[in-house]
Amino acid sequence: MPGIDARQPNRKPPQRHASHSGVTRRSLLASAALLMTTSIAGARVVTKVLPWKPNEAYPVTPVVPGGYLFFTPAEATIVDAFVDRLIPTDELGAGAKDAGVTTFIDRQLTGPYGGHDWLYMQGPFSATPLPSQGLQSPLTPRQQYRLGLAALEAYCKESYGGRGFTELNSDEKDKLIAAMEKSEVQFKGFSSRMLFSALYTNTIEGYFADPIYGGNRDMVGWKLVGFPGVRYDFRDVMEKPNQAYTLPPVSMQGRAAWGER
Amino acid sequence: MARRLPRKDVVIVGLGWTGSILAYELSRSGLEVVALERGPWRDTASDFNIGTAADELRYAVRHDIFLRPKQETLTMRNNPSQTALPIRKWGSFLPGNGVGGAGVHWNGQTWRFLPDDFRIRSHMIERYGEAILPEGNQIQDWPVSYEDLEPHYDKFERVAGISGKAGNIKGEVQPGGNPFEGARERDYPTPPMRQGYAQELFTKAASGMGLHPFPRPSANISIAYTNPYGCSMAPCTYCGFCERFGCANYSKASPQTCVLPALVREPTFEARTECEVMHVNLSGDGKMATGVTYVDASGEEWEQPGDLVLICAYSLFNVRLLLLSGIGRPFDPATGEGVVGRNYAYQTGSGSTAFFEDAKFNPFAAAGSLGAALDDYNSDNFDHGPHGFVGGANITCAYTNGRPILYHPTPRGTPTWGSAWKKAVHDTYQRVTTVGAQGSVMSYRNNYLDLDPTYKDPLGRPLMRMTFDYQDNERKMANWMADRCDEIAKAMGAKTTQIGRLVGPWSVVPYQTTHNTGGTIMGSDPRTSVLNRYLQSWDVPNVFVTGASAFPQNAGYNPTGTVGALTYWALDAIFDYLKSPAPLVQP
Ligand SMILES: Cc1cc2nc3c(=O)[nH]c(=O)nc-3n(C[C@H](O)[C@H](O)[C@H](O)COP(=O)(O)OP(=O)(O)OC[C@H]3O[C@@H](n4cnc5c(N)ncnc54)[C@H](O)[C@@H]3O)c2cc1C
Ligand code: SF4
Repeated sequence: MPGIDARQPNRKPPQRHASHSGVTRRSLLASAALLMTTSIAGARVVTKVLPWKPNEAYPVTPVVPGGYLFFTPAEATIVDAFVDRLIPTDELGAGAKDAGVTTFIDRQLTGPYGGHDWLYMQGPFSATPLPSQGLQSPLTPRQQYRLGLAALEAYCKESYGGRGFTELNSDEKDKLIAAMEKSEVQFKGFSSRMLFSALYTNTIEGYFADPIYGGNRDMVGWKLVGFPGVRYDFRDVMEKPNQAYTLPPVSMQGRAAWGER
Repeated sequence: MARRLPRKDVVIVGLGWTGSILAYELSRSGLEVVALERGPWRDTASDFNIGTAADELRYAVRHDIFLRPKQETLTMRNNPSQTALPIRKWGSFLPGNGVGGAGVHWNGQTWRFLPDDFRIRSHMIERYGEAILPEGNQIQDWPVSYEDLEPHYDKFERVAGISGKAGNIKGEVQPGGNPFEGARERDYPTPPMRQGYAQELFTKAASGMGLHPFPRPSANISIAYTNPYGCSMAPCTYCGFCERFGCANYSKASPQTCVLPALVREPTFEARTECEVMHVNLSGDGKMATGVTYVDASGEEWEQPGDLVLICAYSLFNVRLLLLSGIGRPFDPATGEGVVGRNYAYQTGSGSTAFFEDAKFNPFAAAGSLGAALDDYNSDNFDHGPHGFVGGANITCAYTNGRPILYHPTPRGTPTWGSAWKKAVHDTYQRVTTVGAQGSVMSYRNNYLDLDPTYKDPLGRPLMRMTFDYQDNERKMANWMADRCDEIAKAMGAKTTQIGRLVGPWSVVPYQTTHNTGGTIMGSDPRTSVLNRYLQSWDVPNVFVTGASAFPQNAGYNPTGTVGALTYWALDAIFDYLKSPAPLVQP
């Protein structure tokens, strides 16, 4: 039932400036007051001017390739061998291993991503989540790699006459990876599908992310599809519909090279 | 114990799109206004720098500037018989955090709802009879009309500088615009964006089919513009790092580009960031709000007294704050009684992917709202009689981005890795486009929000629980739309197409839309709504709630144009309320 609307009978435009004293529109350029970004205890207080501060955006630190911070040398070789099958080097260019994806994953694992630091990780953790409920594992990416790679290696040693993953031939590797993807192979104490997902997701990320993160060496991933990177202005492209884009890609560090030069 | 701070005229919870607009308009009238924002301060010059902005991994994949689930998330299940579990990692939607809210990293697709959308229940019954309404629905007419909101839509469009082409000015249909739109007083403030090759094909094909395509209204603006608040914007460069990112070019309308530069100069305004409001405080009889309690970054609790409390915390968090504050009776799906959390709704997505023999679509030259659209199948713009569903969708051919971590399409049946995958990725990127349908979701008794019995946030308060799934009506509608999209895709000259239907239960995993609506709905009857037609709480008249939580059900559009219009509509009412504080509608 419609109620009685106090504003309806004789609606007038509201008198918004009349009742309050002395405040007029000021020019945006008026020399305002002091920059006040003091704090009331833990709060940051902003009043009178925009608190412009350089480097507020905490720019990312470029990855310097060389060595591993999380992976053991043995783990790194397995990851190299695995990602090399996911995105192989072929006539279309370097694959994941040659693009530095293992370094990318290693550095990601040492950062907030590796610990799921930003995610909701409080229990209880359900043993029977619905697929529609998404991520429900208590294992962080660091734990997934450490436990998962060990389980993969143990499985290989047991099933392939003492050979580890890196010693399998390409065909054997591909068959095993496909079985992991479909959850058709059981590792002891770890879900083969979970390890596949971690490696697969991170490989795609590392292959296509800005080279500043250690992968996508020489922007091979971008060149594969024809992505121009961080140019940030494509008005010229809009003027030329259905024409090939021919300029080389640009990365955040401003050049086509990867790492030091 | 919370320490008590000096009183303010107005306390605003959340400094996103709606909070910043209200903060500016109220403080410039001389009122003492404080805005409490749970996230950090953010502005274009220091946070969205061109040297760091174009970073897909950081922003789009790792979700750097969104709300971190660790701080606050919700639990979800598809129906009341299941046990809800926390959304540990965002997927389906991406709530904002920090100054600017989700307005920082939105796409900018800025629509007006259609006149029929506001009285969809009455309209559908009048035209088709009661039987067309789906089982278990709680569809309600809005307590405002398109005509009520028209000047307020206009206001929001001027402030945001929206680029578009009018389709109906004062009843006169305009060539090249959307002929189905409600009459507007005047055209958009800036001309439409430049469209790409895919949109050219779409526009030609759709026109040939007798449909009515037009450039999608966009908050990525086409030309330099200064808004009524004196804030200047620059033309969009189609950089393709738009939704999920802050704009480094001052080209995407956001609180940062359109409101904050003016707002911070108001001497009676103050923002306190990294302050999370825990609840609204009520007087002993529960009939008035006395202020809010918040906790700052150091964990200290503060009580901020205020005469007026404006809850502008984003749709979902508005609902949770009301539940945690005990404002309004929580909805109980068993009895159908209670109101807070009622009529939660969302959005459908379906469509067709079109693979061309040879094309250079250059998907990286893109913007959050770049696209051509048509409304022939939206709302009740077509005869629903033969189809037996309620609602519709806007259909678009758009490029929001070509960022390769998340966008490297391949035809169905392609292996997911290996050299064959690599070749398919290489071959497909330039020659694929989509025709997509973004559809309405009606309200149902079993789709609702309440507090979770198990999971808590770091402050020990219950998380909110979302119980939601698509119902048969929505599936029927979305799947019918997918066929319409496919017809258009074929007419565009695609070599092959793949239909994307709405199948399986709603899932939190793939991104869909951050268009969460309902839960504090507006209405004409306090038994079936939380807010009156001015977004004023029926129960606590000095509390107003802005955002899409006020929608009685969702239309076939993105929400923010309507959210902005409702904010300006409520603002006029707030000024009236301040003159004589009382309920603006007597139940
Ligand atoms: C990726 C993405 C794309 C989108 N694209 C579109 C689009 O194309 N078109 C469209 O119409 N809409 C789009 N949206 C939705 C749009 O961003 C929102 O509708 C709009 O920002 C809502 O404004 P608001 O003021 O209600 O909330 P917000 O702008 O989100 O602001 C709410 C603020 O409240 C703060 N807050 C919440 N709880 C508390 C608390 N307890 N204490 C203190 N502060 C609190 C939040 O941190 C936030 O800053 C998109 C959203 C996303 C995330
Ligand atoms: S596409 Fe345009 S509006 Fe969007 S971020 Fe880039 S320049 Fe800004």
